[in-house]
Amino acid sequence: MNISTPRLRTNSGGKKWRTNLQLGAGLVAVSFLAASCSGGPTGSSGSTESGAGAAKPASSITSIDYFTDATSSAAFQRVLSTCATKTGIKINRQSLPLKELLPKVLQGASSGTMPNLAFVDNVNVQQLAQTGALTPISNYGFDLSGFAPGIVAATTLNGKNYGVSPAINTLALFYNKDMFAAAGLKPPTTWDELKTDAAALKTPNRYGLALSAPASEEGTWQFLPFFWSNGGDLTNLTSPKSVEALSFITSLVKGGSMSQSVVNWAQADVADQFIAGNTAMMINGPWNISKIDKSGKVKYGIVPIPVPKAGATLTVPLGGEVGVIPVSGGSTQAAAAKVLKCMTDNDQMLQWATGNTRIAPRDTTAKQEIVKLPVLAPFAETVRTSRARTTGLGVKYPVISQALWTAIQSALTGTETPEAALQTAQKTVGSSAK
Amino acid sequence: MIMRDKTVRARAGRPTPSRTRSRRRRYLVGLGFVLPAAVYIVVFFGYPLVYNLAMSFQDYTPRSFYTGEAPFVGLDNYRKIVSSPIFQPAVLHTIVFTVGSIVFQFGIGLGLALYFNRRFPLSNLLRAMLLLPWLLPLIVSSAIWRWMFDKDFGVINYFIRLLPGVDAGAPWLTNGKWALAAVVIANIWIGIPFNMVILYGGLQGIAETIYEAAKLDGASAWQRFRYMTWPLLKPVTLVVLMLGLVYTIKVFDVIMGLTGGGPANQTQTLTTWSYQYSFSLFQFGPGAAVSSLLVLIAAIVALFYLRSLRRSSDGS
Repeated sequence: MNISTPRLRTNSGGKKWRTNLQLGAGLVAVSFLAASCSGGPTGSSGSTESGAGAAKPASSITSIDYFTDATSSAAFQRVLSTCATKTGIKINRQSLPLKELLPKVLQGASSGTMPNLAFVDNVNVQQLAQTGALTPISNYGFDLSGFAPGIVAATTLNGKNYGVSPAINTLALFYNKDMFAAAGLKPPTTWDELKTDAAALKTPNRYGLALSAPASEEGTWQFLPFFWSNGGDLTNLTSPKSVEALSFITSLVKGGSMSQSVVNWAQADVADQFIAGNTAMMINGPWNISKIDKSGKVKYGIVPIPVPKAGATLTVPLGGEVGVIPVSGGSTQAAAAKVLKCMTDNDQMLQWATGNTRIAPRDTTAKQEIVKLPVLAPFAETVRTSRARTTGLGVKYPVISQALWTAIQSALTGTETPEAALQTAQKTVGSSAK
Repeated sequence: MIMRDKTVRARAGRPTPSRTRSRRRRYLVGLGFVLPAAVYIVVFFGYPLVYNLAMSFQDYTPRSFYTGEAPFVGLDNYRKIVSSPIFQPAVLHTIVFTVGSIVFQFGIGLGLALYFNRRFPLSNLLRAMLLLPWLLPLIVSSAIWRWMFDKDFGVINYFIRLLPGVDAGAPWLTNGKWALAAVVIANIWIGIPFNMVILYGGLQGIAETIYEAAKLDGASAWQRFRYMTWPLLKPVTLVVLMLGLVYTIKVFDVIMGLTGGGPANQTQTLTTWSYQYSFSLFQFGPGAAVSSLLVLIAAIVALFYLRSLRRSSDGS
């Protein structure tokens, strides 16, 4: 999950309400087109899927991604340019904020104007693959050996794999070294330690810990390390283990070690609070590293997120983008595959992952990356065993996620007890499935 | 000139063939003027509306975009949204948000319009500056309000804490009721300039001479407002309130930017809820059903508006 400036993205996508209409308006044109070429993309999919390997690659392709902030966008452009030169295929790039990406791709799906190569958030891959608009990557001879199991699971639907990830990420605990030294503390490894440290580090002007719990996917994503490591199960939100995890987070707010404002903080806001010294620790992802470094204000360390009890296994959620190849015809699909192969080879993967402070999904590449950027080690270590959010849930995930982030907000703001909040959530999931 | 010549001749009772020809030509010219607007409205307003309505009766999933298959499910989507536990709160929030915003936007806007209606040095400059909230992109304003409302580090609570006897700020954005108040306050701030500008325009249209006459007759300031300004401003007031209602009911950006409908759905309105259905849950059917409801509400308001317009023009 690559949400470096999520709040801004929400914002830049401001006219969402209108997007709904625009989507509709777009469909006007679309339905005319569809009528004239009678289901263009669908009709040709059978032949292109089987014959893709044989087709001669096209000389140019369209590509879409969600790297809109300056640093990521430039790093991504470098990789694209290198691969354009290497493959001799011209790449027409388009970047959209994450929240607008999927509507755009869906709109393209209905008009037969999908991009030839799309980089989408891993949580959306199964959803997209289910529409039938994506081609399985086995058509193009990709080699996923050594890839983190989580990302392979995230891109697999009904036994077929639909995408190759150029970079993955997860969450870890950032801590302010000066504040820890002043308090004579070591970074926490268990929940108990996290709680006592957070309380000890709290002063009238700062909090002990910050995480992000807004009314969006980010809220669920940030809660999952606690939820999963405690044995929580997304298909059963009301289990005692789930309640315990939410109670733990809630107790941090109630005890004053964590601000209640976290229900309004996107991950980028949390990073800002950490940089400003308003919190001694934060849960966040590796994409914030360059921002913190640039500020030059904080001496920080990164450790894996504490586990419920000493010796317990840490399970973090998997984040990251995935390159997918929509159905577009043999020659453009072949060209897109060629470009994606170049982008996920050792050199380019290394270039993109280091340039954007994410983790290379391939084992061997990640090892080289850690040598270059040792600060990423805690992420590289935990992301190997990270779990994809859509595992076993697929297209049901969004409903569960929304119910869960609502429950988190309910508990943190004291509207409901953690137990009652999760019961409401489970009810919402039940009624939404109907 | 030629046209007028012709009309003059036609009126003078000239031969009929040319008269019908010119009438037909005028009819065609008129049609030519109306047609582009009509086509525009049908394509860019009519079709999406109809499409949205159709979608609200369909089981529309991401898959439907690609396959074009979206089975009709009758009123299922409407049943689903009405039976959702979020439906009642969302309707209530929409009402509170709309009424709260309009009452204060209009009240403060009217006050400012009256204030600026009396000319004084720099009044034009000040009035122009008051337009700023309107000019700022909503994204920017909602981001700024979100910082200002922050419970611990926001400037609003900083000032509240400076008050004697207050040591804790308000839980803006982290408590349901306060969060709803916060989005209303931000929206009031955004809406004041619109109200002020239109009402100011209305005030400018009232002749100064009648106020002078009233003054001579010894009418007090309140009497002048109550019995002259208010009735004379009524047509403009109606326009402002109706447009305000339609604009406010569909506000999306402010709420999305400030709270995203949270905490825990406590600022969820029909617009943000519709968005969540369509773009968080990918359930486009219920999402379309919610927006159809909104369109319906706006249409009812528009009907009232048209009726009151006709009545006031009949009256005059």
